[in-house]
Amino acid sequence: MYVAVKGGETAIAEAHRLLADRRRGPRDLPSLTLAQIAGQLALAVDRVMAEASLYDPTLAALAVKQARGDMIEAIFLLRAYRTTLPRLAISQPLETAAMQIERRVSATYKDLPGGQLLGPTFDYTHRLLDPALAEAGDEAADVAAATRRPSSGERVMRVSDILDGEGLVEGDGHFGADHVAGDITREPLEFPMPRDTRLQVLARGDEGFLLSLAYSTQRGYARTHPFVGEIRIGLVEVEIDLPELGFAVSLGRLRITECQMVNQFKGSAKEPPQFTRGYGLVFGQSERKAMAMSLVDRALRAGEFGEDIVAPAQDQEFVLSHADNVQATGFVEHLKLPHYVDFQAELDLVRRMRADYEAKRADEASDEDAITSEAAQ
Amino acid sequence: MSAIEGIARTNYAYLDEQTKRMIRRAILKAIAIPGYQVPFASREMPMPYGWGTGGVQVTAAIIGPQDRLKVIDQGADDTTNAVSIRAFFEKVAQVTVTTHTREATIIQTRHRIPEAPLGEGQVLVYQVPIPEPLRFLEPRETETRMMHALEEYGLMHVKLYEDIARNGHIATTYAYPVQVAGRYVMDPSPIPKFDNPKMDRSPALQLFGAGREKRIYAVPPFTEVKSLDFEDHPFTIQHFDKPCALCGSTHSYLDEVVLDDRGGRMFVCSDTDFCEERREAGHVGELGVPA
Repeated sequence: MYVAVKGGETAIAEAHRLLADRRRGPRDLPSLTLAQIAGQLALAVDRVMAEASLYDPTLAALAVKQARGDMIEAIFLLRAYRTTLPRLAISQPLETAAMQIERRVSATYKDLPGGQLLGPTFDYTHRLLDPALAEAGDEAADVAAATRRPSSGERVMRVSDILDGEGLVEGDGHFGADHVAGDITREPLEFPMPRDTRLQVLARGDEGFLLSLAYSTQRGYARTHPFVGEIRIGLVEVEIDLPELGFAVSLGRLRITECQMVNQFKGSAKEPPQFTRGYGLVFGQSERKAMAMSLVDRALRAGEFGEDIVAPAQDQEFVLSHADNVQATGFVEHLKLPHYVDFQAELDLVRRMRADYEAKRADEASDEDAITSEAAQ
Repeated sequence: MSAIEGIARTNYAYLDEQTKRMIRRAILKAIAIPGYQVPFASREMPMPYGWGTGGVQVTAAIIGPQDRLKVIDQGADDTTNAVSIRAFFEKVAQVTVTTHTREATIIQTRHRIPEAPLGEGQVLVYQVPIPEPLRFLEPRETETRMMHALEEYGLMHVKLYEDIARNGHIATTYAYPVQVAGRYVMDPSPIPKFDNPKMDRSPALQLFGAGREKRIYAVPPFTEVKSLDFEDHPFTIQHFDKPCALCGSTHSYLDEVVLDDRGGRMFVCSDTDFCEERREAGHVGELGVPA
């Protein structure tokens, strides 16, 4: 007698219990607080906010904790929460020229109005593991407080504005006055996709995927001759217009990373020779992502400049359909779900084709036997 | 932490009402143009893409407290993913669930159509991974949409012809393409081709949801669904050499179960509800016991 397999329900409940146990880890150690995660693993929290498209460090810290540090799982958790939130208003465009700057570097000018400000960067650190952080030695008293300078409140000119003064770089792109920015979380993607929604896809796209695509453009697959015009990281105000008041009010501040990539362009029949731009904007401090985004943005504009589309990074459908890591991980990992019905169908087909093949071989062999025995006679 | 306390609250059936309305519009359009893939603004769901987010969104948009929901995966009600989706709707939609095909008003399925004939008023919701039947012939969405618009299905027929030229028969055993109401070529989702004939003129409404790919399509009740074939190579379905080992059925789709490491195999109904009903009605297979 055979009893069919049952018990999916109990199995799931037990698996969840085990997961909860593993997530908590050794019970003799204190549980991580969200403030610890948001405060000490801030760049992980930033990445989760960026790729989940939801700016909330506390919830992102909760997601990191609940996901046991699995970044894509944390992004997924925060996205699944974001999707339930109502859309209350559309903010004014962020005024990044008015950013309260923590870091600002340009690779195109040695010095420039507003200066170069290194800020909290890993650049120029020697990547030597620091044993002091492992045990004691990382307590409040052991780490000196950073020097603070009060913000001057002055606007820091963007490098693109400096170049634009000479007409050597294309201006800020603009849509017509009646253009309402698309929203990829509320409308299905449609190809070809305009730049506003393309940038949205890139902004929430997987950091690793964009990094590799950006890298491929540097190695000859759609070369764009890039220079970092400027990277700036800092706090910007989010403002919304209230029709009842007749002016914009501030909702709060976001920490963002903006990258303006300046690329060479030889000109075309329609456009004079000038520098073109690729743009990256990411929640939190994430220079790698913002730079990769701006390289890929520029590569995706190939059609606009009459460049040949020859490489993956220039191919809208390839890049934009595959940049979302929540979608990608879901579809790749769904292969572990049962497929035995379809596999049964394939098994049956392969068995039948195998039988045909064996039969044919047997026929051929007996024909050959007949020929050799005839020849022998 | 006040934001955290408010998280657990969600609307009836998880999605907010605007989202449900948007999905219902897409469903109505899909019903009006049988087999046409309607783009919709698919939402992130609390289960991963590939786990049936499209089907879950369709079900969430049409479900009400009076419904009786059945969820199957691979034909079975107790597959882990079916259990999980059923539990989700019990929790967020307070809906009565059932494993009986006949009792259900909505059946969400992955990879199978139930063996018991569906009736009027029932809705079958398919979870769809890749809604585009032409995708593996042409990877670009801009191209495939144009091909559908122009009813340009030559490429698909060439592919099926090449199968016959190479193998003597069409080597597609699941997700076998169909033409709906004589117009759109449609992917029936990865059901075995054994199930394709059940789609034809079914009295039930058939809805297809693809979450990751953001498409909804439909086959309205009593609509012609024809599996693609050629006059000299008509469409055929799989047949099993043995009856179900538990209920003795000779006309259901069977799963192969490996019994030991010496090549021992048995075949049992993939549709667990169908198999149980037969056993309750007194049918016994060679390895089964009377119910």
